[in-house]
Amino acid sequence: MTDPILACRNVSKLFGADAGRAVRDGRVTAGAAELAAVGLIPAVLDVELSIGRGETFVIMGLSGSGKSTLVRCLAGLAQPTAGEILFEGRDLFAMSEAELIRIRRHKMGMVFQNFALLPHLTVLGNVAFPLDVQGRPRAAREARAREMISLVGLTGREDHFPRELSGGQQQRVGIARSLAVGPDLWFLDEPFSALDPLIRREMQDEVLRLQALLKKTIVFITHDFDEAVRVADRIAIMKDGRIAQIGTAEELVLNPATDYVRAFTRDAPRAKILTARSVMAPVGETTDFAGEVAAGARIAAFAHDVEQSDKPFAVVKDGRVIGIVDRLAMIDVLVGRERKTAA
Amino acid sequence: MSLTAVGEPAAERRRAPLGWLLWPALLAATVVLVSLPAGALPAWMTRYPAAWQVPVAAEISAFMRWLMESATFGVFTVRELTRGIAWVLDLPLAAAKAVLAGGIGWGRGAETVSLAPAIPWFSALIAGVAAGYWAGGARLALLMGAGLGYLAVFGQWPSAMVTLASVLVSSALGAAGGLLIGLACVRWRWVERAVSPLLDLAQTMPVFAYLLPMLILFGFGPVSAMIATIVYAMPPMIRVTTLAIRAVPPEIRELGAMTGCTRAQLTWKMLVPSALPALMVGVNQVIMLSLNVVIIASMIGAGGLGFDVLAALRRLDIGAGLEAGLAITVLAILLDRFAQALATKSARAPERDPERAARKRRLLTGAFWVAALLWLAAALKPDIAGYPEALRLSTAPYWNDLVRWINVTFFSTLEAIRAWAFLNLLAPVKRFALALPWVWVVALVGIAGYRLGGFRLAALTVALSLFIAAVGLWQVAMLTVYLCGLAVVVAALIGVAVGVASATRPRLWRAVETVIDLLQTLPSFVYLIPIVMLFRVGDFTALIAIVLYAVAPAIRYTAHGVARTPPALVDASVMNGCTRRQILTRVRLPLALPEILLGINQTVMLALSMLVITALVGTRDLGQETYSALAKADIGKGLVAGLCVAFIGIIADRLISAAAERTKRRMGLGR
Repeated sequence: MTDPILACRNVSKLFGADAGRAVRDGRVTAGAAELAAVGLIPAVLDVELSIGRGETFVIMGLSGSGKSTLVRCLAGLAQPTAGEILFEGRDLFAMSEAELIRIRRHKMGMVFQNFALLPHLTVLGNVAFPLDVQGRPRAAREARAREMISLVGLTGREDHFPRELSGGQQQRVGIARSLAVGPDLWFLDEPFSALDPLIRREMQDEVLRLQALLKKTIVFITHDFDEAVRVADRIAIMKDGRIAQIGTAEELVLNPATDYVRAFTRDAPRAKILTARSVMAPVGETTDFAGEVAAGARIAAFAHDVEQSDKPFAVVKDGRVIGIVDRLAMIDVLVGRERKTAA
Repeated sequence: MSLTAVGEPAAERRRAPLGWLLWPALLAATVVLVSLPAGALPAWMTRYPAAWQVPVAAEISAFMRWLMESATFGVFTVRELTRGIAWVLDLPLAAAKAVLAGGIGWGRGAETVSLAPAIPWFSALIAGVAAGYWAGGARLALLMGAGLGYLAVFGQWPSAMVTLASVLVSSALGAAGGLLIGLACVRWRWVERAVSPLLDLAQTMPVFAYLLPMLILFGFGPVSAMIATIVYAMPPMIRVTTLAIRAVPPEIRELGAMTGCTRAQLTWKMLVPSALPALMVGVNQVIMLSLNVVIIASMIGAGGLGFDVLAALRRLDIGAGLEAGLAITVLAILLDRFAQALATKSARAPERDPERAARKRRLLTGAFWVAALLWLAAALKPDIAGYPEALRLSTAPYWNDLVRWINVTFFSTLEAIRAWAFLNLLAPVKRFALALPWVWVVALVGIAGYRLGGFRLAALTVALSLFIAAVGLWQVAMLTVYLCGLAVVVAALIGVAVGVASATRPRLWRAVETVIDLLQTLPSFVYLIPIVMLFRVGDFTALIAIVLYAVAPAIRYTAHGVARTPPALVDASVMNGCTRRQILTRVRLPLALPEILLGINQTVMLALSMLVITALVGTRDLGQETYSALAKADIGKGLVAGLCVAFIGIIADRLISAAAERTKRRMGLGR
């Protein structure tokens, strides 16, 4: 990661009467039980991560794991008890108020779990709101807002009030609003948790579509591993305020760092996560291949072809055959059988 | 003997686990103390010795005199400052009065240069109907037409417009001020800590009590009455603002931070607009309280409907009084419904159909143009501005005849009711209250405070009741307690019974709700009129008026509490084989108890505020004390008596709230 847009160094956030002193005494490194004994609730403990430009970074954890607190620290909404948050290399909390306001007005956008739409404004007014705050003239901000509304497919609803829209439509408004200022860094805080499963899928596709179009840096919070797998470049799994593991979905599935991560990834849709490279067998003697698959291709993409054929497929990288996949390998993956492979 | 009686509470306190014995024991001791023959107790116990009195009243009077006559900030005096404020505040009031009632122009008396007459009744009627249509649709428009029509046809128009002008200006100022103070309370904790006890005081203190200092500070005139009105009507707005702003979802605040809002943008572009529906409820309350006080204040001589009612009552012209009273009611209902329509309007979906929206807009602009043109016509030809005498109706003679007929026909019956109530209810309770030794009452209040809320509550209640004794108003205060207590007991009995009966019967509840909505919309003063007609002045009249005025919250809270029992619990008790009666007495009522207590608390507050108004029909309690102090311009006496009323209210409020909190905790509800 040569140029992280956002990084955090040893960030901890404790809740409690005397959180500041506990940090100075160096007790942050103590266990959660020890902190609880002195009346402190550790929400985030000693988190270290950096997010590259253009990356979709998912922070995942169950409720109470500290993921919401962490994203609030990353967005500068909550000041960490210890550690620093670096946005483009500069500490967010060392900046002046005016500087922070300037960064948020132009470089950050956020989508909220419960939409946070302003009830007194129409769809148009809500989407134009961040521009209104910046003091842009009405015509300019409404033109930009209409553009965003058509981007999320809500054209024709500009004059509706949030209460007249369905949950999915409301969150589309939230997305349009967060994109209106053209932010570099896009926070999505459990954006689809309040929606029905079918709508949730549709909205995930929407985010993928927008990301392909706009190429933002995304920090995405979720408690749903399937959702994380669908959108993420990299995933950080949190437990009890600490990061259990950071990696691509494939790394998490293949090499879980802790039992907690293993338990999480056990029922994951492996065919959609694993690539040909991670299930292939050594090349051996055969040269009689039914076809070729790319080393980075997901299994779900080619499993059907491999199953149809008696002969194995060659796994190809940079024009070289580096391994083979056959019918058996497919079945192993699809039924979730463990098999040591050359990862 | 007296020693054992007084020593008892201390023993009871140590044996706290035997708590259920405490209240019967205290009751027994009270009865014993009251029935002791005269002279059995030392004199200082039965009557607060004059030598111990603290001359608070005289000192307040002296202080005010010093403040107005010699106090100075160096560059200008206190008097100049307060008169300056009064002058500024008079501007909007004078403007509103000019437009609605007096006519626009300048100069005074004979030299008046008139620019335009006041808005004539037909223009106002059209504008009112259009505004009603805009805010609440056809039904509200119809109501506005009927109400304003009544005011014009029955000759109440000029007085009603004077009252309306005061109400509009003082509630606009009160709502704006309340909003600002409420926002400050949310932003700075210390403001809230400073303001909160003042709010309690401003709401429990009778208006008469601070009308007088206002008159002295801001000069005799309608402005002082308006400032008193604002002080009285603002507290609910402050409370509603702090609650509503705090209830805005935290995500909205975070959104504000993420879009880079400054503090001012966060407040005015996000928090206030998103809390608007809740804030409008506060505005509604401000309007209703303002109307209530404006009516009282106008009796001091500012004119308007309140003055008409009082003048009619003094002439014993029941019919005219009733008509003016009805005009107040009409004004109250119109203002209330209009404010409510405004409050719900912001939460409704807007008109989507472009054709209907355009038609509505055309209709509204047309109506306002017609109103404006008619005003212009009236300005050019002043004779048509007034409502034609020939078409004026009056039902006053009819009402007078009716009352005369009732009084002639049923005189003996009414008199018998009155005498019976007096002999069997009022007089014994009054004797009992007056016979209580003050030391014992203070002790009782302290014990109750200790049992219900611990040492701090006990200290507060004892200190407040000692104040009442120390300023030498004990006897008068006990008269207040007697009348108010009796009214509260009656109101609570009626209220709980009606509430329980209607809670599980939706159709009955709708009827009851209509009645109590109306009861709560009426300014307190209106209650007196019909009752005075039938029972003349006196304690019994006051009692009925207080019960009527104060019964609404007891009904409402009881019904709400009983109806809100979780359905699962009711199902469970049905499955356990409870009869309907058992479900009510074993499940619904106990669970509703905290709610019922809160309702009774409200009833006490309303009863106290009504009690002060009944001074006008000749009760002899603290209300009379403040009212007569107003007449004599005795500022110290008025303030002290007002403080005593407020303290009685605060003691009752704290004790009942603590009891409600305790039952709630015991039953594991809330928190």
